[in-house]
Amino acid sequence: MSTAHAHPDHDDHAQSYYVPAQSHWPIVAASGLFLLMFGMGNMMNNPDGAAKWLTLAGLLVIIWMFFGWFSAVARESMEGLYDEQMDRSFRWGMGWFIFSEVMFFAAFFGTLFYVRQFAVPWLAGEGSNAMTNELLWPGFMAEWPLMTTPDTDKFPGPEQIINPWHLPLINTVLLVASSVTLTWAHHALQKDKRAAVKGWLALTLVLGVCFLIIQAEEYIEAYTELGLTLASGIYGGTFFILTGFHGLHVTMGSIILLVMLIRIMKGHFDAKHHFGFEAAAWYWHFVDVVWLGLFLFVYVF
Amino acid sequence: MNDMTQPELMHGHHGPARGITRWIYTTNHKDIGTLYLWFSFAMFLIGGCMALVIRSELFQPGLQLVQPEFFNQMTTMHGLIMVFGAVMPAFVGLANWMIPLMVGAPDMALPRMNNLSFWILPFAFAMLLSTLLMEGGGPNFGWTFYAPLSTTYAPPSVTFFIFSVHMMGISSIMGAINVIATILNMRAPGMTMMKMPLFVWTWLITAFLLIAVMPVLAGVITMMLMDIHFGTSFFDAGGGGDPVLFQHLFWFFGHPEVYIMILPAFGIISHIVPTFSRKRLFGYASMVYATASIALLSFVVWAHHMFTVGLPLAGELFFMYSTMLIAVPTGVKVFNWISTMFRGAISFETPMLFAIGFIVLFTIGGFSGLMLAISPADFQYHDTYFVVAHFHYVLVPGAVFSIIAGAYYWLPKWTGHMYDERLGQWHFWLSMVGVNLTFFPMHFIGLAGMPRRIPDYALQFADFNMIASIGGFLFGFSQLLFLYIVIKCVKGGQKAEDKPWEGAEGLEWQVASPAPYHTFAQPPRID
Repeated sequence: MSTAHAHPDHDDHAQSYYVPAQSHWPIVAASGLFLLMFGMGNMMNNPDGAAKWLTLAGLLVIIWMFFGWFSAVARESMEGLYDEQMDRSFRWGMGWFIFSEVMFFAAFFGTLFYVRQFAVPWLAGEGSNAMTNELLWPGFMAEWPLMTTPDTDKFPGPEQIINPWHLPLINTVLLVASSVTLTWAHHALQKDKRAAVKGWLALTLVLGVCFLIIQAEEYIEAYTELGLTLASGIYGGTFFILTGFHGLHVTMGSIILLVMLIRIMKGHFDAKHHFGFEAAAWYWHFVDVVWLGLFLFVYVF
Repeated sequence: MNDMTQPELMHGHHGPARGITRWIYTTNHKDIGTLYLWFSFAMFLIGGCMALVIRSELFQPGLQLVQPEFFNQMTTMHGLIMVFGAVMPAFVGLANWMIPLMVGAPDMALPRMNNLSFWILPFAFAMLLSTLLMEGGGPNFGWTFYAPLSTTYAPPSVTFFIFSVHMMGISSIMGAINVIATILNMRAPGMTMMKMPLFVWTWLITAFLLIAVMPVLAGVITMMLMDIHFGTSFFDAGGGGDPVLFQHLFWFFGHPEVYIMILPAFGIISHIVPTFSRKRLFGYASMVYATASIALLSFVVWAHHMFTVGLPLAGELFFMYSTMLIAVPTGVKVFNWISTMFRGAISFETPMLFAIGFIVLFTIGGFSGLMLAISPADFQYHDTYFVVAHFHYVLVPGAVFSIIAGAYYWLPKWTGHMYDERLGQWHFWLSMVGVNLTFFPMHFIGLAGMPRRIPDYALQFADFNMIASIGGFLFGFSQLLFLYIVIKCVKGGQKAEDKPWEGAEGLEWQVASPAPYHTFAQPPRID
C-alpha cells in the first residue's frame, strides 16, 4: 500500500459525498443488541436459566457486526470514496460521541459530589434535617469515605479503602505515559515513520493493558482484603461504578488501539489520511482525562 | 495501490430497491424518515389505546374495568410510549425527511448509522411492550420511575424496562449525532448558519440537548439496575444513598427532555405561520436566540419538578426564578408568531389551523407551567390533575399538533398528492374540540385536589372526569380520520405542484413533488 489516496474522477454522475448503498450491517447490529440486552435481562432475573446463550449469541453477533461494518468503512476509505466533507462528518460524529460519553460520566461524578456534599451530611442531621437523623438513623455520623453506613446490617461499610498512593498512583503514571506515547505515535504517523508508529502504539497498548491488570489486582484486593464491595454502602457504589465504567472504557480503548496497530501493520493510513487513528487517539485521551478526575475525586480527596 | 478496486456499487442515481429489504437495508434519508413516521404513528395509536383504558376507568367513580395494578401499568406505559415511541421518533422522522432537503444535502451525514438508529426502536419497544405479559406485570411506577418504587418495590420486569430504555437512548444519541453532523457539515455552499431554516436551527439545538442528557438517563437507569441486582445503595438511605438523588438525576435528563419534545415543534410552526400568512417570519434572529436560551435554561431548572421533596430554601428559590425566566424567550417566540400573522394575507388550510391551534393551546400550557413554577403554589398543585392538564396541553396540542401540522404541510412534498382539504378541516376541528374537552376540565379537578395516577376518585370530581373521558374518545378516534387522510393522500389525489403553498419558501420546495429518491446530488448554491 503506497501512501497516496486515489480519488475517483468526478464525472457529472458521481457526487463527491459518498452516500453508501444499502447495507445489512445496521439490522445485524440492532438484532445483536436486542439479543444481548434481552439475554442480559433474563440472566439477571433468572440466573439459572439458559439465557446466557442468548447473551453470548448477541455478543458474537455484535463482534461480527463490528468486524464487518468497520472493514467496509476502512475499505471504502482506502478506495478513496471519502472526500474531505466525509472526513468532517466522521470528525463531528466522533466528537459528539465523546461528548455523550462525558455526560455519561458526569452523571456518576454528579452522584459522587451530591452524596458527599448533601446526602450523607443530611442523613447525619445537617441543615434542617436534625429530626431525620434523630428518628431514622440515630447515632449516624457523616464522614467521607463513608465507613459506617446508616444501616450497617444491610450495607456493612468497608473496613478499609484503597490507598491512593500505591496502585492508583502507578495507574495514573501508566495512563498519563500512555497518552504521551500515543501522541508520539501520532507524530510519527504524520511524518510517515511507520516503524516508530508501530513501536509507540504497541507501547501504548502495553501500558493500557498493564493499567487493566493493576485495576483488576486492586479490585481483588478490595473484595478479599478491604471489605470494599458493591454492597458496602454508597462509598463502594460510587467507587465501583466510576472505576468500573472507566475500566470498561480502557478495555474498549485498548481493543480500538489494537485494531489500529493491526491496521498500521497491514499498511493502512498515510501521513495525511488517518482519521480512524485520530479518533482512537481522541477516545484514549478522553479516557485518560476521566481517570485524572477519578484519581483526584475518588481516590485522593 | 494494487489492492485498490473500483467500488462495486456506484451510488447515485438509482431508485429504491424492491421488496422488504428496501426498508430494512436502506440508507436513504427519505425511506428512514418514512419508517420513523409510520413507527411513531403506530406507537401513537398503541399509547393512545392505553390512554383510553385510563379514561374508560375514570369515566365514573369506583373501580369498573381494570384493577388498580393494571391501571398503574397503563399510566406508566402510556407515558413511556408517547414520549419515547411517539413524539420523539416523529420529530426524528421529520428531521430525516426535511433537514437534508432544507439544507441542500444529498442525504444525512452518516446514512448507515441513520438506519441503525431507526431499527433499534422496534426491538426496544417490542421488549418494553412484552413486559406487560411478564409475571408481575409491566412497569407500574409511572413514566418518571422514581426510586424506590422502581427499585425496591418494582416488578421483576423492571430489568427489561431498563434495557429497553438503554436501547432507546442509544438510538436517540446516534440519531442526534447524525442530525448535528448533517447540519454542521452538509449545508449547501452559501447557506450560512443564520440563513438556515428554523426547523433546522431548532433541531440542531434539540440534537445538542439529546446528546447532553440521554447519557445521564443511561447513567441513572444503570444505577437502578445496580441497586436492584448488584447490592449497591445509590437510592437507598440505609447505605448512605438518597432516593432524592434519583429525582435529581432523572429530572436533569427529564427537563431538557421536555424541550427536546417542543423545540422542533417551534421550528415547524415557524415554517407554517409565515407560509400561510404570506409574510416573512417576524424576528428570525430572535427566534434563534430564544431557542438557544430555552435550551441553555433547560439545564438549570430541573428541580422545579421536585419542589415538595424537601429541597433547601435556597434551592426552592433558585429553581423557581430560573424556571420563570424561561417564560421570556418563550414569550418572544409567541410574540413573533403573532407578529408574523399581523396584517398578513392569512388563509386557513389544515396546517395553518393546527399551527394556530398550537399557538393558542401551547400558550395555555405555558401559562399553567408558569403557575406551577411558583414554588409555594406548587405545594398545592403538585401531583394533582393540574399537572396532568399542564403537560398534556404542551404535549398534545403542543408537540402532537405541530407534528400533525408538519405532516399536512409536507405531505404534498412526500407523496406528490394534495391531501383531502375538507377532511383535514374536519380532522382539525374534531381534534381541537376533543383535546380541549379532555384536558381543560383537568385544570379544575386538579385545583380541586384530585391526585394523578389514581384509578378511583371522590364523587365531586365525577362530572369533569366524564367530560374528559368523552373528549378523550373523541380525540382518539379523530386520529383514525388522520390515518385515513394520510393513506388516501399516499394512494392518490390531486397532483401536488413542486411548491403547493403560495407563500412557502425554502429549498425543499425547489425539488419535484414527490421528492425524487435522491435529491441535491449536486449541492444547490444559496445566495
